Amino acid sequence: MKYINIDKKSWASGLENLYENYRLFGPVKNNKHHVFKELSKGELPDLNYLNTLLSPKSIVFPQSETMFEYSLDESKEDHHILKEINKDYSPRALIGIRPCDAASFLLVKRNFDTPEYKDPYWLSAYEATIFIGLACSSPCSTCFCTSAGCGPFHEDGLDLLLVDEGKNFIAKILTPRGENFIKSAGWETEADPTAAEKIIKDMKIKAEEKIASFVSTDQLKNKSTTRLYDAPFWEEIAFACINCGTCTYACPTCWCFDIQDEVSKSSGLRMRNWDSCMFPLFTLHGTGYNPRNTKVQRVRQRFMHKLKYYVDKYSDGIQCVGCGRCIRLCPVNIDIRRVCDIMNNYGSRSRLET
Amino acid sequence: MSDYTAKIKEISARLLKEEKVEMVIGFRKGTVPMMNEPCFVKTPEDIKKLVWDSNCGINLANYLTGRKEKIGIIAKGCDSRNIVTHIIENKIKREQLLIIGVPCKGMIDKNKIISMFENEINEVSENEENIIVKGEGFEKTLNKNDVLQENCKICIHRNPAIYDELAADLLDEQKDIDRYEDVRKIEAMAPEDKWKYFEDLLSPCIRCYACRNACPLCYCPTCFVDESKPQWVGKSIDPTDTRTFHFLRAYHCAGRCTDCGACERACPMGIKVRIFTKKLEKDCLELYGWEAGLSLDERPPLDTYRPDDPEDFIK
Ligand code: SF4
Ligand code: SF4
Ligand code: SF4
Ligand code: SF4
Repeated sequence: MKYINIDKKSWASGLENLYENYRLFGPVKNNKHHVFKELSKGELPDLNYLNTLLSPKSIVFPQSETMFEYSLDESKEDHHILKEINKDYSPRALIGIRPCDAASFLLVKRNFDTPEYKDPYWLSAYEATIFIGLACSSPCSTCFCTSAGCGPFHEDGLDLLLVDEGKNFIAKILTPRGENFIKSAGWETEADPTAAEKIIKDMKIKAEEKIASFVSTDQLKNKSTTRLYDAPFWEEIAFACINCGTCTYACPTCWCFDIQDEVSKSSGLRMRNWDSCMFPLFTLHGTGYNPRNTKVQRVRQRFMHKLKYYVDKYSDGIQCVGCGRCIRLCPVNIDIRRVCDIMNNYGSRSRLET
Repeated sequence: MSDYTAKIKEISARLLKEEKVEMVIGFRKGTVPMMNEPCFVKTPEDIKKLVWDSNCGINLANYLTGRKEKIGIIAKGCDSRNIVTHIIENKIKREQLLIIGVPCKGMIDKNKIISMFENEINEVSENEENIIVKGEGFEKTLNKNDVLQENCKICIHRNPAIYDELAADLLDEQKDIDRYEDVRKIEAMAPEDKWKYFEDLLSPCIRCYACRNACPLCYCPTCFVDESKPQWVGKSIDPTDTRTFHFLRAYHCAGRCTDCGACERACPMGIKVRIFTKKLEKDCLELYGWEAGLSLDERPPLDTYRPDDPEDFIK
């Protein structure tokens, strides 16, 4: 494994060099909070941040994305023919992404890249992206990444991990793409691998010790799906929920979308937009019948998908990386940590069972 | 606030024990600072989870829509006015309710407090006058009045408009409040500036509809933005559609909005959406002398006709 020392004095000039080969995206503070956005030349990402308000999933999976355009004007030869929109899939780098968010892309990939279906938009954008992670030294109180199969120094899904040492970053190169990125920036000072490894290991232990919240997930797989589905606790869990889209829109691992045509005069666009299982419209049939017509059913769906169906289908943990955004942003304080524990403990004797 | 909580528990326990109600709707302590979660309590043993403090900004009238049970509901001033509106609009029956009124000293603005500190806030507590904020390596005492929600600062109906029980003595209402300074500022703008102002205000909107869904007025079985046959509004985040949503929603709230602030509080993007509904509140006051939710005996202005209704805006 190769380690590079990046003196912060050469950070800006390195980024400057990178513009030649990449579109750069990074966290920037708008007037209130941090968002991931494309950096214009000379603009620096603000790496002194906890995490972005919403997840960076939109860089690969925009909230609204046009797929085709068409004309309804019958005097035109190509009327009513869907035509692909040209998109910019040139290399892009997501700089300063947190390890939980990086891991979320691998998880979401399971949905967009299957032997049967390959989502061309998501995959092209994903393949064009390299992930430059920033290790977390001060996790938030709502982060529970270590019990969601992830962690503040987790490397899965990253091409490079930056560790902030104050005056410099240690960059741990994880893939050939990460190596190219470093070369392209012109950062060349190799760090002594044994020393770098030791520093990172110590910082990692410290960071993990700071994680203050946990969920237990060990029993989810053994539980009977129908018993969980029929459990009496859903009414109480769902009571406060207002069925907004906040939790799912903020979540890095929520992948659902809806396809819509928008026509103005004789030209039309076919686009896809984020959708949410919290919305009644999500499951409304053309007949007017809605199989998930109540709030309780919708709330149950969100948690059953993340914490049971996904767990059973992929045998690789929960559909959640523990970023804590849904907890921080839910307007009525519905907390996935609490729900996860209730589900995990259901049926074994527990005070949470009610 | 602990005396409020104690009194609320005492009343709720009595109502449940005497089987006057099947459930009490109130708040339980949240899992993160400055958040409480709306909850229901059905047995006297569960009463212990009820709390009252400055983090009860969600409007509980929103949880009454269409319910069939006999319900005890904890209601601060604005909640009680939305309950009145709910009763007038046939969303719940007066006989179903036992209203535990809370003379309200204002709710604190979570976003504002978070934005005052560089580091994460881990703990927030309060006493009569102050809010004490703690995080790693810092502790600060804030004057509660400085960090109230905007709508609470200018509230002139802190006492519940209707109630069956009271959790504390009635308060003196705030006097000489200018409720519409911000609205007047925008009214005075040139059209282009106004447009720009709305554009900037709404640009972060992600159409999650938390504002709409937190609002007790927005109970339509299918909201116009969700209608698909025909579809009135596009589903993307095109600014035209976003604006349409906000402007129309505001009009649907005209003469009904109590400025409870639940919409603004719910918005994950921190958008000050109350400015739209406040403009219509001001219009209703100026044109019809109307304030929403104060009486069960009067119909709201948009469903009544009076021969002397102003009409000089019809051109
Ligand atoms: S859990 Fe919270 S954020 Fe999610 S839909 Fe319900 S109220 Fe909205
Ligand atoms: S479910 Fe919540 S905590 Fe888990 S990844 Fe999504 S937003 Fe983060
Ligand atoms: S529009 Fe906002 S302030 Fe008005 S009643 Fe609804 S939630 Fe309350
Ligand atoms: S809550 Fe905020 S972001 Fe969501 S729709 Fe309303 S204004 Fe937009």
